[in-house]
Amino acid sequence: MNVVVCVKQVPDPNSVGQLDPSTHNLRRDGVEVVLDPGDEFGIEAGLQLAEAHGGTVTVVTMAPEKGLDAIRKALAMGAAKGVLVSDPSLAGADALTTAKVLAAAIRREGFDLVITATESTDGYTGVVPQALAEYLGVPAVTFAKAIESDGSSLTVRRQTEAGYDNVEAVLPAVVSVTAGVNEPRYPSLRGIMAAKSKPVDRLSVADLGLDGLVPGQAIVSVQPAEQRKAGEVVEDDGTGAHRVVEFLAAKKVI
Amino acid sequence: MPLDRVWVFAEVLDGQPITPALELLTRARSLGGTVEAVCLSPEAESAAAALGDHGATTVYAGTDPAYADLLLGGPGADALAALAAEHSPDLILFPTTYTSRDVAGRLAAKLDVPVISNGLDVSVDGGISVESSIFGASQNVSTRFEGRGPALALIRPKSFAAEPSGGGAPRIVPVEVPIADQHRSARVVERVIDKATGPKLEEAPIVISGGRGLGDPKNFALLEEFASLVGGAVGASRAVVDAGWVPYAMQVGQTGKTVKPTVYIACGISGAMQHTVGMKGAKNIVAINKDADAPIFKLADLGIVGDALKVVGQVIEELKARQG
Ligand SMILES: Cc1cc2nc3c(=O)[nH]c(=O)nc-3n(C[C@H](O)[C@H](O)[C@H](O)COP(=O)(O)OP(=O)(O)OC[C@H]3O[C@@H](n4cnc5c(N)ncnc54)[C@H](O)[C@@H]3O)c2cc1C
Ligand SMILES: Nc1ncnc2c1ncn2[C@@H]1O[C@H](COP(=O)(O)O)[C@@H](O)[C@H]1O
Repeated sequence: MNVVVCVKQVPDPNSVGQLDPSTHNLRRDGVEVVLDPGDEFGIEAGLQLAEAHGGTVTVVTMAPEKGLDAIRKALAMGAAKGVLVSDPSLAGADALTTAKVLAAAIRREGFDLVITATESTDGYTGVVPQALAEYLGVPAVTFAKAIESDGSSLTVRRQTEAGYDNVEAVLPAVVSVTAGVNEPRYPSLRGIMAAKSKPVDRLSVADLGLDGLVPGQAIVSVQPAEQRKAGEVVEDDGTGAHRVVEFLAAKKVI
Repeated sequence: MPLDRVWVFAEVLDGQPITPALELLTRARSLGGTVEAVCLSPEAESAAAALGDHGATTVYAGTDPAYADLLLGGPGADALAALAAEHSPDLILFPTTYTSRDVAGRLAAKLDVPVISNGLDVSVDGGISVESSIFGASQNVSTRFEGRGPALALIRPKSFAAEPSGGGAPRIVPVEVPIADQHRSARVVERVIDKATGPKLEEAPIVISGGRGLGDPKNFALLEEFASLVGGAVGASRAVVDAGWVPYAMQVGQTGKTVKPTVYIACGISGAMQHTVGMKGAKNIVAINKDADAPIFKLADLGIVGDALKVVGQVIEELKARQG
C-alpha cells in the first residue's frame, strides 16, 4: 500500500501567534517552527499500514525552504521519500490553493491512500483534506479515530458530534486522522542518520503545471478582541466549596 | 448591499434539522433577500417544517435513501453544485460540524470558489465578509470574499441563538441530482451514538468540566454527581479526551464544542487558549485549580486556588444538605 502523508510545518504551538501587520500573513520569522504535532499521527498511521501491507510512505509538504526540517523528521520516523513544494507565489496561500497544489504533487507520486490531519495547528481551516479528495476524485473519510485495513480497503471509526460511525472504504481514498488515533513513534538514532540519505524532490508551482493561482479571499481587518476581566481569586481555606455554592445561588442556577 | 439569495446547508439528526443549521437560518434572515435551505436525508421532508419555522421559504430536499449510508461530502457537494448552477445563491452558510465541513470543503474545490472557516458572523457591506477570531480569541479578523460566488462560509455553532420566524410551511423542491458511483466506494456501516444522561452539553445552564488536574479518569464520577445535583452537563479538556478518559463528545474548545452556559466551572483545567475559545462566552466562569498562576484564573469571575477533588466533594455535600 503506497501511502502519501501530507505534513505541515507550523509555529511552535506553545508560542503565541502573530500576524504581519502589512501582509496579514502568519509571521514565521523569529518563531521556532516544528512539524505539526497533529501530523505525527498521520505519519504513524501511514507507517503502520505500509509495514503491515507492504509499500512505502511518501511525505508531501507545501512550505518555504525551512519545511525541509519537517520532511526530515518524517523521514527519520520511517518515511521513504519527501516532496517539498516551495514557491514564492505560494506565500499566504488559502486552503483551496493549498489543496490544489498538494493534489498536483500527490498525483505525480501516485497513491493508494492519502493521509492528513483533521486540521492544522496554525491555520485550522480544516477543509484541506476534503478539497484535496475532490481534486483527486476519491472519497474523504474524515476524522478517523481508528483505522484497520486488509490491504485493499479500510475500516475507519469516524468521530461524529454524537458518537462515531464505522465506515468501510475501498482504496484509493483520503483519510484525515484525529489526535489519539495511535501513539506516534520517536525517530531512532538510526532513523535520523538514515534520513540524511533519503530522496527529497523539490518542486515549484511551474513544475506542477499550475499557474494563475489567485486567492479568492482577503483579510480586510484585524482588531484586538474584547477580553474578559479576572474576578476574585481566593485561596481555599476550607470555605472554597461554600463560595462556589453561594456563587451558583447568586446566579440563580440552583 | 443586501443579498438576493442565502442558503443554509442543513444536516438532519433523528428526523430533525440540527440546531446549528437553525441558528444560521435565524442569522440569514437579517442578511436581506430570500432564505432557503438545502437538506439531503431520507428524512428531509419531515425536517422541512422546522427549517420553514426558522425562515427557510424553500427547502431543496434530497431524499435518496443512500444519503443515510454514505459520507455526505461527495454527494452533498455534487448536489449543491448542481443546485447552485441553477439558482445562483450569493452565499451558502454551513455550520462547523464534521459533515458540513466535508461538504463545504469538497464544494469549494468543485466550484473553484473560496471557503472561509471558523466564522463567528457574516456581514454584507461592501462585499461579503466573515468575522472570525484567532490566537485564542485575542484578535478578531474580518475576511472578505473576492471574485465570483457563491461565497462559502463555515460558521461555528452557538454563534447565534436559533429563533423561530413565524414563517409558514416552506415550499419543498425535490433534489434529483444522481449520486455518482464514485461516492459509493465509502459507506457508513454503523452509526453509534454515545449515550448521555441529563441535559446536552450545548444546552445545559451549568457546565462542569474536568481536566488533567482531576488526576484519574474515575474522578469524573464526582463531576457527574455534581452535574446531576444541579441539572448540569459534564465537559472536558482535550488533554483528558486524548488520554481516553472520556469520549470526544465531551470536549470543549477550538476542536471541540462551544458552550455558553449561565455558569461554566473548570476543574483542574489550566486554561490553554484552545480550551478557552470554547467557553469564554459563558455568562459566568468559576475555576478551581491548585496553581494560583493558572491562566484560567485570568477569565474566571470566581477562582478557587485549591484541590479540585476536595472542593467538588465538599460542594456535593453542601448541595445535598441544601436539598435535604
Ligand atoms: C490545534 C490544537 C487544538 C486544541 N484544541 C483543544 C480543545 O478543543 N479543547 C481543549 O481543552 N484543548 C485543546 N487543545 C489543547 C490545549 O492546548 C491544552 O493542552 C489542554 O486544554 C490542556 O488540558 P488541561 O487543562 O486538562 O491539562 P493541563 O494543561 O495539564 O492542566 C492541568 C491543570 O490542572 C491543575 N491541577 C493539577 N492537579 C490539580 C488538583 N488536584 N486540583 C486542581 N487543579 C489541579 C494544574 O495546575 C493545571 O493547571 C488544543 C491544542 C492544539 C494544539
Ligand atoms: N501546506 C501544507 N502542506 C502539507 N499539508 C498540509 C498543508 N496545509 C494543510 N495540510 C494538511 O491538511 C491538514 C488540514 O489543514 P487545514 O485545512 O489547513 O486545517 C493538515 O493537518 C495537513 O495534514
